[in-house]
Amino acid sequence: MADKLVLDSVFKIFGPNPDEAKAMLADGLSKDEIFEKTRTTIGVQDASFAIQEGEIFVVMGLSGSGKSTLVRMLNRLIEPTSGAITVDGRDIVQMSTAELIDLRRHDMSMVFQSFALMPHKTVLENACFGLEVAGVEAPKRYDRAMDALESVGLKAVAQSFPSELSGGMKQRVGLARALASDPTIMLMDEAFSALDPLIRTEMQDELLRLQQEHRRTVVFISHDLDEAMRIGDRIAIMQDGSIVQVGTPENIVMQPANDYVRAFFKNVDVSQVFTAGDIARKTQVTVVERPGVSVRAALQTLRDHDREIAIVIDQRKQFQGMVSVDSLLGEINSQGEDRYQRAFLTDVEAIPTDMPLSDVLSRVADSRWPVPVVDDKGRYVGAINKTALLQTLDRAS
Amino acid sequence: MEEFRIPLGDWIEAGVDYIRENFTPLLDGISAAIDLVAESVESSLEFLPYWLLIILLVALGFWRVGWKFALFTLLALGLVVGLDLWDETVSTLALVLSATFVALVIGIPIGIAMAKSDTVETIIRPILDLMQTLPAFVYLIPAAMFFGLGKVPGTIATVIFAMPPVVRLTNLGIRHVDREHIEAGLAFGCTGRQLLFKVQLPLAMPSIMAGVNQTIMLALSMVVIASMIGAGGLGNTVLTGIQRLDVGLGFEGGLGVVVLAIILDRITQSFGTPTKGGGGLFASLRSLFHRVTPTDQETAQPASDQGSGTPRQA
Repeated sequence: MADKLVLDSVFKIFGPNPDEAKAMLADGLSKDEIFEKTRTTIGVQDASFAIQEGEIFVVMGLSGSGKSTLVRMLNRLIEPTSGAITVDGRDIVQMSTAELIDLRRHDMSMVFQSFALMPHKTVLENACFGLEVAGVEAPKRYDRAMDALESVGLKAVAQSFPSELSGGMKQRVGLARALASDPTIMLMDEAFSALDPLIRTEMQDELLRLQQEHRRTVVFISHDLDEAMRIGDRIAIMQDGSIVQVGTPENIVMQPANDYVRAFFKNVDVSQVFTAGDIARKTQVTVVERPGVSVRAALQTLRDHDREIAIVIDQRKQFQGMVSVDSLLGEINSQGEDRYQRAFLTDVEAIPTDMPLSDVLSRVADSRWPVPVVDDKGRYVGAINKTALLQTLDRAS
Repeated sequence: MEEFRIPLGDWIEAGVDYIRENFTPLLDGISAAIDLVAESVESSLEFLPYWLLIILLVALGFWRVGWKFALFTLLALGLVVGLDLWDETVSTLALVLSATFVALVIGIPIGIAMAKSDTVETIIRPILDLMQTLPAFVYLIPAAMFFGLGKVPGTIATVIFAMPPVVRLTNLGIRHVDREHIEAGLAFGCTGRQLLFKVQLPLAMPSIMAGVNQTIMLALSMVVIASMIGAGGLGNTVLTGIQRLDVGLGFEGGLGVVVLAIILDRITQSFGTPTKGGGGLFASLRSLFHRVTPTDQETAQPASDQGSGTPRQA
């Protein structure tokens, strides 16, 4: 995937002496020490990373870590002190006011924590706010806003006022307003943090569904770890204004860059983060089922590897079943084409790669055998045994 | 011992003389403009027969506030007609409306400018304090010197006294608009002007309307004082009552002012809590029924609301 937004050593320093503060940063002084000496606050320091087209990129950190400042520099609600932010190759920092307004109207929209809807306007008028500001003619902008409202399931309340809606519905209006101008980038600042947990999950699903319908580049600010894990294709962790780690959720859980990140993920419910595909290992012996291969040969393979069981696949790697030494021995003297099939263990059922670990747990615990994992085309990708499962759970906690 | 005294009074007098001698065209221009506003408001109000104006006010009261208030309006204005004070009341209403109009035309832009710039706020704020606290008689004299006697200096003196609330509350209203609303406006590509008209002013509207309400109330409280330089109206009735020690006449005039105050206060207040419907028949009907309940509480305690008006009438 192509890089959509690229940040190159972006700094934001609030206060009277940005240059002095920057020099102190280079000398290795901490944020607090610099504030003591210069009354200058480091908002964001040396942020460099790339956000890819079509991904949900979550920026996570404790409050005061600079994540809100970071996202506001992307559309220059806050002016960066130095550095470059390029979107599709154009440097936002160098843009004129007119270019910037054009960018905000057409390419980049924003969703706010407190919704920031206009109380004197109807839901429909709120949804077409961006289009109205951009000078889109009335019938056309109402049509487009209506489409946006329909996509978030709010067409029925288009003529209501925000005060008549629940929190979740208000934020759907916020989403519709951001979607109406059909931007390529959406900035979401703690967009779901003000909602209660159940509605929050619902809105996360809504966002994921909208992403499936039309992939946009989403920069999502959150302090909620579960949220970040749930929706983030990649996550950036911020600490005291600097980006300490960027990576996929699994990657960050398994290899935290420092103690701060580790502490952050300490209470993560790994069973929610990982799926069957993440921990399936190809350590089991496989035998390929093809005409002419005898049960005896399979038995020999098992004995050579000193294994109890083997996975049977066909020539297209499709998972067929699982056999054990005992089941093979039972069929060793029988005749017929389907001798393998008769030897298959009956209590084994393959699970899909995207099954969450929380569901995998019980399957593995209940099974005598390792549980085979198949992808969406039925191909064998590996198996999960109890040992591997325990190791995963242990490493993450 | 020879006493030293700063001759501030002399300086002010010299300044007033200087303005009067050198800025005659400007003063005439202001005078003509104010006269135009005051005359057109008054003549259009006087053009209407009294029963039609009463019906209009009752209907407005019914639409904006509720049927109980409409009934009150009808009875109160009937009382005014019965006291043979109708012409004076209309004249006072015209003075108040034209002074309020001028105060808003000048005051709202000043309030916006204050909200946009801290420097402007620092400069304007003491001027507003001065306008509000300087005893009205003090600028009544120069107003009469600049513009002669009659409606024009009366209107100007009223404008000076009544303008500060709308300036202050416009400033305050805009400054108190949520940061996220401003950010939302900017994030969706508002220009500075769009931000002002599409985000800041609409969201500051309840505050601005409170300012308008206060401006009208203060304008009403100036009518008696303005009548001293010939502004006419109910103030004149009260003034005559005071001069002749005619308690009855003074009370009748004062009652007329109170009636006007209550009617104008309720109606303008109703605009301060915006009807959510914005427009359209259905929304108006809905707001009409929604408004019945709060009215009950409001009409029950009219005395407290006259507070802003009454002390200055005496």
